[in-house]
Amino acid sequence: MKNYINYVAATLAIATLTQCKPKSASQVVTGDAAAKVYVAPGKFDEIYNFVSGGFSGQLAVYGLPSARLLKVIPVFSQNPENGWGYSEETKPMLNTSHGFIPWDDLHHVALSQTEGIDDGRWVFVNGNNTPRVARIDLKTFRTAEIIELPNSSGNHSSPFLTENSEYVIAGTRFSTPLDGNNDVPISSYKENFKGTISFIKIDPTSGNMSVAFQVVMPPFNFDLSRAGKGPSHGWFFFSCYNTEQANTLLEVNASQRDKDFVIAMNWKKIEEYAKANKGKVTTSKYAHNVYSDETHSATSTISEGIVQFDASELKDMIYLIPCPKSPHGCDTDPTGEYIVAGGKLAATIPVFSFSKMLKAIEGKEFDGEFAGLPVIKYESALYGEVPKPGLGPLHTEFDDKGNAYTSMFVSSEVVKWNIKDLKVIDRKPTFYSLGHLMVVGGGTKHPYGKYLVAYNKITKDRYLPTGPELAQSAQLFDITGEKMEMLYDYPTIGEPHYAQAIEASKIKDKQIRFFKIEDNKHQFATKGEKEAKVVRTGNRVDVYATCIRSHFAPDNIEGIQMGDEVYVHVTNLEQDWDVPHGFAIKGAANAELLVMPGETCTYKWNPDRVGVTVFYCTDFCSALHQEMSGYIRVSPKGSSVPLKWGLGDFSSDAPVTPEKK
Amino acid sequence: MKKQNIFILSLTAILSSAIIFTSSCGGAGEGAKTDSVATAPVADPKGIGEFTHVEISATIDEGMVTKGKGIYELKCSACHKLTDAKLVGPGWAGISKRRTPEWIMNMTTNTEVMLNQDPEAQKLLELCLVRMPNQGLNGDDARSIVEFMRKNDGQ
Repeated sequence: MKNYINYVAATLAIATLTQCKPKSASQVVTGDAAAKVYVAPGKFDEIYNFVSGGFSGQLAVYGLPSARLLKVIPVFSQNPENGWGYSEETKPMLNTSHGFIPWDDLHHVALSQTEGIDDGRWVFVNGNNTPRVARIDLKTFRTAEIIELPNSSGNHSSPFLTENSEYVIAGTRFSTPLDGNNDVPISSYKENFKGTISFIKIDPTSGNMSVAFQVVMPPFNFDLSRAGKGPSHGWFFFSCYNTEQANTLLEVNASQRDKDFVIAMNWKKIEEYAKANKGKVTTSKYAHNVYSDETHSATSTISEGIVQFDASELKDMIYLIPCPKSPHGCDTDPTGEYIVAGGKLAATIPVFSFSKMLKAIEGKEFDGEFAGLPVIKYESALYGEVPKPGLGPLHTEFDDKGNAYTSMFVSSEVVKWNIKDLKVIDRKPTFYSLGHLMVVGGGTKHPYGKYLVAYNKITKDRYLPTGPELAQSAQLFDITGEKMEMLYDYPTIGEPHYAQAIEASKIKDKQIRFFKIEDNKHQFATKGEKEAKVVRTGNRVDVYATCIRSHFAPDNIEGIQMGDEVYVHVTNLEQDWDVPHGFAIKGAANAELLVMPGETCTYKWNPDRVGVTVFYCTDFCSALHQEMSGYIRVSPKGSSVPLKWGLGDFSSDAPVTPEKK
Repeated sequence: MKKQNIFILSLTAILSSAIIFTSSCGGAGEGAKTDSVATAPVADPKGIGEFTHVEISATIDEGMVTKGKGIYELKCSACHKLTDAKLVGPGWAGISKRRTPEWIMNMTTNTEVMLNQDPEAQKLLELCLVRMPNQGLNGDDARSIVEFMRKNDGQ
């Protein structure tokens, strides 16, 4: 009998490991799961969850545990819902050294920290394709700043924050020839291609970003990273792959070596070095875009010149630690002592010890050099390996009880293990092929724990089918017990990569509900209906318009001519929460506006035909919303129809004298 | 749709509280009326809010009038004319004689509560069918508006 039980257990174990498709949800969800995710109508969620929107270029905000989608924050892509990248004020935010780019790819999320704890001030995200880092202000849930990174290609290794948000660090995924020496044969990869790691300084008060300097690295592909914390504060740990330095068929050629590296960088020392040394200034051009809540407008400045230091200059500041097979995730635990790396093709999880690494450096326990950088002996930095955790370990997050949770892409499961004894405690399937996972506060010194979310790459049969294109899937787990418990399964926007989550109490009471109209410093603000007017300057026409429930001023306009470039500056005079007004003109090529209370937004319109056209408010605002509309008369070029405007008393025998600005 | 929902919700809230109010008044011990129709609460001429007593001097304070005019043009004129003509909301001519200064100041600063609970404000809502927005006035702003209204009424 005992043999039989052993046999069954062994078969089950093999089945679990070999099955492509994990157990069905009905087998993994227990009785009270529904109650644990139920947030009653009118009640708030406990947690804000900021989830990368992947190839949508945006950032999604979910409430946990309900998994209700609260907002999509537009960052790197135009957003029809609120005019991001369409209004004249926000177009500069999507400007780059390559010009206006309407769509990018957002992968990673980093909440700002103070002393290693999420402080709820900002969230930083990366633009992958045309390398940029954005800062979102959590008082407005709007993108406040975007900075471009020259000499970077595929800004995947980004953004990673130091424990007091001193720096955002951003590594390049692709190594390429650097600015000034670009036009070289691809086959000269090893000679001419370089990687870079950018240090972006964050102003502690305003949050404003500036590129402090770049470190020029050997031409590896840089992957994920974490700053040290506590005792390891001052260090950064990066994973990298393609240390073969291949430039074609990377799938094979970049997987030749048994080990790639975790790179340990002493950023405090590098910072000191950069203060004392000038470095090389390149001619690189990059865009720096800033949005102001006072002018309700963005500016885009093209800056030139980046300070660079070559890694070979930085003696005793950068070390390589061998790491099995194509490492991906590289995570430091809450104590700052352990660095967990996940090799995409590895069958173990190596855990490095920060204190052992320091001793190895001191004792010069090196295994020679690679690309000019000292290689620490694997065993000298290794704390231990988690044996047979599953297949394809990627990312690791941590709870508040000394446990780690690693995502297993190939075997499609979350594996919980203990950091001290490296023993696997529990494993649960996900549906299917998870990439990133996150624990609430899981990247901080003091994780909040309680919930874990797995973000999956494959959705297949999880939801009602919607043709060839399917939503991605996320699975929410309760991690308060010894065993993980799956609670809920829900679709997400775009393709979620990394996400972070924070207690709602750190953010919810700091929200700006509307913009004070008295403080509106927009160049074309209209402060009161008395100031509403239409001004012609050559073929440019500026309409100073206001809106309030439920009319525009002016709502009748004549004297617009073919060939005019019309800018309608709509100021929302409302001073209450949740009363935006929309604006749209029939046939206008530039979509719509959504204007928040106290804000001014500008709509550019090039009339394309003679006649009377209409405009209206697109956001249901009151019982008389349907009446919130107006007419504009477009006449042929050179027409004698005078420019006039009005509201309420507009008639042909009461001409309005155009004001000169 | 969201604003309309809020509107319906508030009406529901008012009706339910009115019913609760009447049933609790009709205590069993008093052998009371069992009238199921909610009787309208008696209006407080001062409205509902933090302003219960406002000093008004016999002479007009021109400084406050100037300030009040500025606020009117920025935040009020889109809906209120200075004549007796109704635009979105009622015209302001004669308002300083029709309403107490406290009612006006409560209406402009405690708008949501007034619209939900004050019988006079509710009558105006039935007439205009647009909920007056809270325009973010503080007490000083509201007092200046009262002075501007007095000036407008030739006081």
